[in-house]
Amino acid sequence: MTNPSDRVISDIAPGEFDTGVSSGRKVFGNVMTGLVFACVAIAILPLASIIFMVIANGLGRFSPAVFTELPPPPLVEGGGFRNAIVGTLLTCLIGALISVPFGVLTAVYNVEFGRGNKLSQFVHFCTNVLSGVPSIIAGLFAYGVVVLTLGTFSAIAGGVALAVLMAPIVIRTAEEGLKSIPRDVRQAAVGIGATNFQSVFSIILPAALPFIATGVTLALARAAGETAPLLFTALFNQYDAKGLREPIATLSVLIYNYAISPYKNQQELAWVAALIVVLLILAVSILARALTSRKVY
Amino acid sequence: MTTNPSTQPNARSSMLPESDVVIQTENVSIYYGSFQAVRNVFLDIPKNRVVAFIGPSGCGKSTLLRCYNRLNDLIPGARVEGKITYQGVDLYDPKVDPVEVRRRVGMVFQKANPFPKSIYENIAFGARVNGYKGDMDELVERSLRGSALWDEVKDKLKQSGLSLSGGQQQRLCIARAIAIEPEVILMDEPCSALDPISTLRVEDLIHELKQQFTIIIVTHNMQQASRVADYTAFFNAEAGDGGSRFGYLVEYDRTENIFNSPKQQSTQDYVSGRFG
Ligand SMILES: Nc1ncnc2c1ncn2[C@@H]1O[C@H](COP(=O)(O)OP(=O)(O)O)[C@@H](O)[C@H]1O
Ligand SMILES: [Mg+2]
Repeated sequence: MTNPSDRVISDIAPGEFDTGVSSGRKVFGNVMTGLVFACVAIAILPLASIIFMVIANGLGRFSPAVFTELPPPPLVEGGGFRNAIVGTLLTCLIGALISVPFGVLTAVYNVEFGRGNKLSQFVHFCTNVLSGVPSIIAGLFAYGVVVLTLGTFSAIAGGVALAVLMAPIVIRTAEEGLKSIPRDVRQAAVGIGATNFQSVFSIILPAALPFIATGVTLALARAAGETAPLLFTALFNQYDAKGLREPIATLSVLIYNYAISPYKNQQELAWVAALIVVLLILAVSILARALTSRKVY
Repeated sequence: MTTNPSTQPNARSSMLPESDVVIQTENVSIYYGSFQAVRNVFLDIPKNRVVAFIGPSGCGKSTLLRCYNRLNDLIPGARVEGKITYQGVDLYDPKVDPVEVRRRVGMVFQKANPFPKSIYENIAFGARVNGYKGDMDELVERSLRGSALWDEVKDKLKQSGLSLSGGQQQRLCIARAIAIEPEVILMDEPCSALDPISTLRVEDLIHELKQQFTIIIVTHNMQQASRVADYTAFFNAEAGDGGSRFGYLVEYDRTENIFNSPKQQSTQDYVSGRFG
């Protein structure tokens, strides 16, 4: 440091601005920062260890055969579980086909038409309750309504159970999405002579689409991992299901069945299935993030 | 210091000798719930002229403006007393469909609010909902030319309307309003968020538009009012019996009279900046 010119005044004590000098304030700040990082690490630990475990145990058996072959009988080596992969995709698809239209239209009613009236408050309350319902109850509901009616376990019953779980997620995110569209835009649409219906379906809903897509993918991620509601709706099937109206295998139920089986090959298949479920959920979550970043407001 | 509205609440400062009247405002009071925002306004809007609403914030200019295309219907609790007629039709007749009213009386808002769609779609949407059957490309071009935006955007019609600058967005909103070919255009402080150059462009535009449209513009800018308006209405707010402030029309006259020889002291104070 050279002498400051006469015209610069300074009342900074020597070393006051230097790093490495520890005042009590700085020490406290550093300790707290360290504490925060420690908490973050603890929070991430479960996720990291789950991913580590499924990769460590599942990667060894990860092969194309897993996607193309059927589960072998006990004591036979090799095989895969294409039936369960198809089953998970199918039940989730059915769940989405039911929950997305209902969920989005419910959100549209609540936000755009009901605007906090008695009915929309009631629907809002029901949504909250529904999102807290244990998933096994959703399974019981589908069992009572679909399985007993059709007289068989089926992909349809599994899809209905998943739809019940997905609906509150779809409704909530769609509501958030619709609420995020500025009031100005609604006024503009109505101000040029659009009906409420035209304004909602041509302007507001498209603008909220990234949000809604995020909600749908989050709901799918949730549904893909659900086991309890599928146990007595979709049940399980050693083979490919030949239609929507017969029992069908899913990844989560396969994991449940094989993880507790005494046969080593089945246990290994359960680990691979777990790996695939985790990857599936990870991929869907990343997709959800990508969709959210495309929002216009 | 000024007029006491309770002694002359019904002063028909609105009677203008000249030209056809498109909108008549007869003894209109507007409420939000039990709060009276605007009291006893009489005001006639002449055809193909520009009328400016001036006055301090909160005196009900926007509130009154929104009544002319029934946009207040969107606000829960908003209520209109008195009579507003458009070409002789009572706008608040239960038989009147507000959607039809808004097709004839367009609106440009304070904050530019293009739809989150392409520039082209921003204009086409309004035309489509109004059942326009003609050549859409031609309409889009004509409207954008009308709002002096065409040259700036003709190569990027597919881009989002939100990608434009603030001034361009506001002119896009004007283009969108004129595309539905309304008879009246309401503008609520259309330049308040714009830089001086964009403001001048919009003002030029207003001059051109009045050949074809009747325009009511709310502005806080005295120069703007004197530049663009043929008539000016001065509103003020005053504390009522319950202590809550209501807005009322103080004076309505040719713009040069309002600015050079106003009849009310409060108008004089306001236009000369001695207000408060
Ligand atoms: N949506 C609303 N709900 C309740 N009160 C409102 C609403 N909009 C405006 N007001 C009230 O009405 C009065 C007039 O407001 P406004 O018309 O916006 O005035 P201006 O446009 O002249 O500034 C104000 O006191 C304001 O608080
Ligand atoms: Mg205003």
